[in-house]
Amino acid sequence: MGMNLSSDIQRIRHDVVVIGAGGAGLRAAIASSSRGLDTGVVCKSLLGKAHTVMAEGGCAAALGNADSRDNWKVHFRDTMRGGKFLNQWEMAELHAKHAPDEVKLLEQWGAVFDRTPEGLIGQRNFGGHRYPRLAHVGDRTGLEMIRTLQDHAIHQQGIQVHMECTALRIVMDGDKLAGVLAYWRDAGRFVLFECNAVILATGGGGKAWRITSNSWEYTGDGFDLAYKAGAELVNMEFTQFHPTGMVWPPSVRGILVTEGVRGDGGILLNSEGERFMFNYIPEKFAAETADSEEEAERWLAGDKNARRPPELLTRDVVARAITKEVQAGRGSPHGGVFLDIASRRPADVIRRKLPSMYHQFKELAEVDITKDAMEVGPTLHYFMGGIRVDSNTQMTRVPGLFACGECSGGMHGANRLGGNSLSDLLVFGMLAGNGAADYLDKLEATPQASSETVDAAIREATAPLNREEGPNPYLLHEELQDVMNNGVNIVRDKEGLESAIQSLDSLKQKASAVKAHGSSQYNPGWHEAISLSPLLITAESVARAALAREESRGAHTRIDFPGEQDRWQAVHVIISKSADGSMNVRQESAQAPPERLSEIAHSSLTDLEGGSA
Amino acid sequence: MSQRNFKIWRGDADGGEFKDYSVECGEGMVVLDAIHRIQTEHSGDLAVRWNCKAGKCGSCSMEIDGKPKLSCMTRLSDYQPEKTVTVQPIKAFPIIRDLVSDVSWNYEQNKRIHPFQPDESSSEKGLVMHQKDVDRVQEFRKCIECFLCQDVCHVLRDHEKHDEFVGPKFMIRLAGLEMHPADTADRIASIREDFGSGLCNITRCCTDVCPEHIVITDNAIIPLKERVVDRYYDPVAWLLGKLFGGRKKKPVDAIEPTKTIRV
Ligand SMILES: Cc1cc2nc3c(=O)[nH]c(=O)nc-3n(C[C@H](O)[C@H](O)[C@H](O)COP(=O)(O)OP(=O)(O)OC[C@H]3O[C@@H](n4cnc5c(N)ncnc54)[C@H](O)[C@@H]3O)c2cc1C
Ligand code: SF4
Ligand code: SF4
Ligand code: FES
Repeated sequence: MGMNLSSDIQRIRHDVVVIGAGGAGLRAAIASSSRGLDTGVVCKSLLGKAHTVMAEGGCAAALGNADSRDNWKVHFRDTMRGGKFLNQWEMAELHAKHAPDEVKLLEQWGAVFDRTPEGLIGQRNFGGHRYPRLAHVGDRTGLEMIRTLQDHAIHQQGIQVHMECTALRIVMDGDKLAGVLAYWRDAGRFVLFECNAVILATGGGGKAWRITSNSWEYTGDGFDLAYKAGAELVNMEFTQFHPTGMVWPPSVRGILVTEGVRGDGGILLNSEGERFMFNYIPEKFAAETADSEEEAERWLAGDKNARRPPELLTRDVVARAITKEVQAGRGSPHGGVFLDIASRRPADVIRRKLPSMYHQFKELAEVDITKDAMEVGPTLHYFMGGIRVDSNTQMTRVPGLFACGECSGGMHGANRLGGNSLSDLLVFGMLAGNGAADYLDKLEATPQASSETVDAAIREATAPLNREEGPNPYLLHEELQDVMNNGVNIVRDKEGLESAIQSLDSLKQKASAVKAHGSSQYNPGWHEAISLSPLLITAESVARAALAREESRGAHTRIDFPGEQDRWQAVHVIISKSADGSMNVRQESAQAPPERLSEIAHSSLTDLEGGSA
Repeated sequence: MSQRNFKIWRGDADGGEFKDYSVECGEGMVVLDAIHRIQTEHSGDLAVRWNCKAGKCGSCSMEIDGKPKLSCMTRLSDYQPEKTVTVQPIKAFPIIRDLVSDVSWNYEQNKRIHPFQPDESSSEKGLVMHQKDVDRVQEFRKCIECFLCQDVCHVLRDHEKHDEFVGPKFMIRLAGLEMHPADTADRIASIREDFGSGLCNITRCCTDVCPEHIVITDNAIIPLKERVVDRYYDPVAWLLGKLFGGRKKKPVDAIEPTKTIRV
């Protein structure tokens, strides 16, 4: 195709451009347009198809509907403990405080959550949450959330949605943001969005691994866009492996099995029929976890004095336990363990509470989960790390560039609690929209997009089409996935990480020479070729951060450095692009937490119940 | 593993043809897996939409051996191994390329529908609604916007009355709003006048293809038609209902679409 230079490129002007139309992006766009700003929303897929639609279990918010002892402080404490105290403290505070109002706002916008017997928003149990806290709709909570936001946003003055449009590069004017270059999937034409604030809400980068719950969209574009624009990435080593992904048949390996199965009473068994999680209770959680099957049964029956079953320990703990059982030869036929709800709940309850799980196993694995156990194993699921932002404004260190949702880092520390993402999207989407509005209020001059960046990015993007020959982008992507699944998996060591980094280096060379056949018109091979660059930046940043952190904490496990190390307790691993183009990794001491927060985080539960502390 | 044959429609708005492909298929594979394999091995530019690969997002709709289906939930083992499987895009909408059609019309219809308009009853604890009163609304809200029902509805597919009828997908959207216990907008007049409820002649083809098993015709369209009939042909009963505790107060029209969603 011909060279599409910046001079004759399509231009669209907005005050703010939100990249991403998942929960975070839509919530941000609603917030910024409510402040009177002309807001463009750009997304790779059709509206309503973002990852958020796939979320199953629920959205965590201390509404206190199912157990009145719950309040924001207990939620905050659970989040910090789950995150191994590496969370950005103020973010965890803002999240716990705002989540209940955000959920009720969704209800005002038309969301219909499952109800309590009193007719209030129902809440379910999930790992790491002290009380039943997740507002939910069966096991399709994300669908309810994205549809509500979508239906609200399309009627909101000032929002314009640009579907099937992929952002390629942030364009600067000196040190200030001036726009974003993108291309339309249908025709393959380029478009320059001229704007003075961009909110990244692009989600994670799970597609760098082979076994993942993530879709094709998750190629880490936001990390790449931010990194190249000069922003920092924080704690990228913390990638969450969800303990329960499908393992059989091979074509569905990695697809998620919601934690709601365990929240509603499901138990994990090894091939000997043993409920093995009782053998893996970490000391720190022993006081709050049932130590016998008898106690766990009482909890399930609703006894408020019984402690929670060990299946509901945080995800890092459960995922590691499953890995160990499989390694010890006590796995299921296809290399997972058994997840049993059939013997725990009547068939009609299972079908009502977990309809899409029932459907998914029936159709894809020919397993009836009301009769038989599922086979499950860990799957790469979520990025705790991400673009570094200010806790209150969500702005990166690049003026005018904001980030929220899964692509941003800090809120979840070393491990995210289930359900805390959907609430995170709402709270920080809202704050990012307001942050961008505040920034524009104060901005004096109007930055102008530089044409050199635009031309260079267009040339780079079209190169795979214009080349005569080169490696197949699909196969290169598969190679990259193998590198990550082998060297940067759930359990890591120095040797494996170093060799992964080396392999990534040689993949970079190959990626710069890939060939995409066909035209620029709706060409997935070309899109695959373009996404190799963000995938490689994502993979390299995770591998380098994982190599830097010489301890095991939360979702990051180093067999050569077992256990949490005091020296690393308050250290963030920060990644940025150096002047020479190489990836810079440095360690930074975290600021001491505000006293009011550290007091809550270290309080006993009885002090916090009823909000007395 | 065994070799399987496929006929896949390739082309764009200017026309196209079926092309033959053959790939290795293994246990548990779905049609979408085979398409991905074809992309990797034979034809990198084969255009297809997908996201979740688990029947949750409604992106991967296509016609497989003539039947509208989600390709990520259609197992190859449902087809005889020696038979060629034919795959083409959904027909009721214009083609962009290969298996991808332009479904933007649907997004425009959604914008015409007056949004949820809650009453004032929300308290500090949110709305009070009982599960039995929201079960039906929740059924409609399971919709994953796959547009398969739109694809099979003969009013759209064969008669191309896109200007007169919004289609089953948006009848359930309207029904979900009308039956929401806290909604106050009254869309009955526009359901008939603007959204064309009268054009549906209850063939139930939409209900048969819905992958979410939403009983579109009986649970949504027929009750809406009944409400329309009550309004137009039994206005006294309607007026009495309104005077004595009828909840819906504000008649609202369809919203004039402005082109703000671009595909
Ligand atoms: C199967 C599954 C189940 C889950 N269940 C739960 C749960 O029960 N509870 C919970 O709290 N969390 C859950 N999660 C996690 C949660 O769903 C995600 O973390 C969250 O939805 C991410 O939302 P987001 O708004 O940040 O991004 P997404 O919803 O992923 O949206 C990203 C958006 O960015 C766009 N985008 C990306 N790159 C570009 C680009 N270059 N140009 C333009 N647009 C771009 C995409 O098109 C998309 O619109 C689950 C995740 C999965 C995969
Ligand atoms: S029942 Fe009505 S809406 Fe459904 S396919 Fe038939 S005519 Fe169309
Ligand atoms: S009603 Fe059913 S068939 Fe129609 S769009 Fe929704 S999910 Fe698809
Ligand atoms: S890919 Fe989501 S429904 Fe098929």
